[in-house]
Amino acid sequence: MTVALNKKLVGFFLYFAVGLLVVVILAPYLWLFISSISTKKDLTSVPLRWFPSKPTFENYSRLLLGGTGATDAASQFGRCALNSLIVASAVTLISVFFGSLSAYCLARIDFKGRNILSLTIILPQLLPPIALIIPLYLIVRKLGLLDTRPALIMTYISFILPLVIWLMIGHFRSIPTDIEEAARIDGCSRIGALFRVVLPLVAPGIAATFIFAFIIAWNEFFYALIFSSTQSSKTLSVLVEEFSSKFGEDYVLMSTAGVLASLPPVVLALIFQKYIVQGLTAGSVKG
Amino acid sequence: MGTYAFDYNRRKSCATIRLKKRGLEVVCREDVFLKMVKNSLPTSPFEKKGNVVLLLLLPSLILIFGLLIYPLIYSFYISLLDFNLTRPGVAPFIGLNNYVRALSDDLFLSSFLRTIYFSVVTVCTEIVLGVAIALLLKQKFRGRGIVRGLAILPWALPTVVNGIMWKWIYNANYGALNALLFNLGLISEYQVWLGEPMRALHLVMLANIWKETPVGVLMILATLEGIPEELYEASRVDGANTWQRFRYITLPLIKPMIGILFLIKIIWAVREFDLIYIVTRGGPGGGTTVLSYLAYLNSFKFFKMGYGSAIAYFLIALVMVIGIPYIIAITRSQGGLFE
Repeated sequence: MTVALNKKLVGFFLYFAVGLLVVVILAPYLWLFISSISTKKDLTSVPLRWFPSKPTFENYSRLLLGGTGATDAASQFGRCALNSLIVASAVTLISVFFGSLSAYCLARIDFKGRNILSLTIILPQLLPPIALIIPLYLIVRKLGLLDTRPALIMTYISFILPLVIWLMIGHFRSIPTDIEEAARIDGCSRIGALFRVVLPLVAPGIAATFIFAFIIAWNEFFYALIFSSTQSSKTLSVLVEEFSSKFGEDYVLMSTAGVLASLPPVVLALIFQKYIVQGLTAGSVKG
Repeated sequence: MGTYAFDYNRRKSCATIRLKKRGLEVVCREDVFLKMVKNSLPTSPFEKKGNVVLLLLLPSLILIFGLLIYPLIYSFYISLLDFNLTRPGVAPFIGLNNYVRALSDDLFLSSFLRTIYFSVVTVCTEIVLGVAIALLLKQKFRGRGIVRGLAILPWALPTVVNGIMWKWIYNANYGALNALLFNLGLISEYQVWLGEPMRALHLVMLANIWKETPVGVLMILATLEGIPEELYEASRVDGANTWQRFRYITLPLIKPMIGILFLIKIIWAVREFDLIYIVTRGGPGGGTTVLSYLAYLNSFKFFKMGYGSAIAYFLIALVMVIGIPYIIAITRSQGGLFE
């Protein structure tokens, strides 16, 4: 075999393998999308019609515009999307604010008990959610907060805050200490140096952490399943699951809800890919 | 000297320059001078180290204690009670009885073994696939950036959407898997894919592998990118073939990363709940019931919070068996947790 032919063969296998990979990654999600623009008739025909005879976005407008009335399961979509948005934003804002301050402290200031504290921060990455959900449920119930957004915000903080601290420590450590020392010598207080010098420098890291935490909070399912039951706090994750189990067998509506619920995290992740990969490698953290 | 290192020499020289600018000569003892420098720093109530630490840490400390440490201790206490939500006010202390009961419960033992099987098989598959795909994506080909970008998709997809997507694909009457295999002539009639325990378990594992592999790929890829090209060039000059280059350069260099990835992925897999709840609800016939699901079932369907907590504590123990080596590994890979 000549070298040229050999090279061509390797090239062919390379593109074949890449093509296969792309298909495996895309096919299931693409099928969900196709299902969402099909009609019930297309999807329940045997043999299956892979491409809808008449693609329709009717279900998208049905979910986004509130459906046909209060009895329609689709009418819950807007409310639950709002819940998801409020909960994820609140959790992320609170966690990033307090988490950044603490991360700075853990990254830069030497004090007693620092190592024990840092272990506490890795803990939630290891703990099984169910181990926290049982006691948190009893606490939330005692406080009379079941099925409220504050309950979700509070309980999400239990795993988002440590995650933020963990990621932010990495970002703070990447900033040379010289800069803030210079600020200190020029008469800046420690807190002043933090707000005037360090935080502006670490801003891209804060943004990356923000997006990372938001995606994880938006995607959360188990806590929301336990702590919310009605529209007053139910998140999209829970609603989408209910579309697949509670509300009869409307596969089109289920697929549409699935595609819509996945859009914010997928779009954010694709745009800020570089930061996400950084975050994943930095902390080996769970999504 | 801590990481927030006040470099006294540096500060001394800065101060010296300043004094000299004002036309003053520095003539004094070293330690007195240092004290002067120290005192010359701006002082406010926030300046004392203890106060600063407290101010920055307190909010997070309160949140972490209240939402993490206290619940954990509380749940251990509950695991020692015969706590049933349907009997308010009555929760007799029964010591370790819940734990003893679990160990003699066939359902617990089979769930335990299933959890191990689920975790080990999915994670090993993910790592092998992950290394292979990462090596593939390191090659130069057209559209490489786009393909790498796509790899983030399964990670970003909410678990719920991943779950309903596969449940729909596996659907017995109209699912795409049936249609595909039928079209290809591989099956002669539609199958109830999730109807048989072992098969259902493997299909849930497949859905999990689809979602989790790309994360590993991206992490391994990041490590691969860090390997200097010279190493490969040198080995090529020495006449090493592709396999030898992989075996003696790539593999040893990505090994630490793979070790960490293996441990953390096992931990994630052991905790798995969402996918099993959504796709199979632990069924058929308990065939996909893992420990997380069993703890959920006991606590929130049978309201036996005490027994549920005990199962959760077994799960914590299992996670810690892997978690302690993980903590040691990441501590070592970073040369100390926070140093």
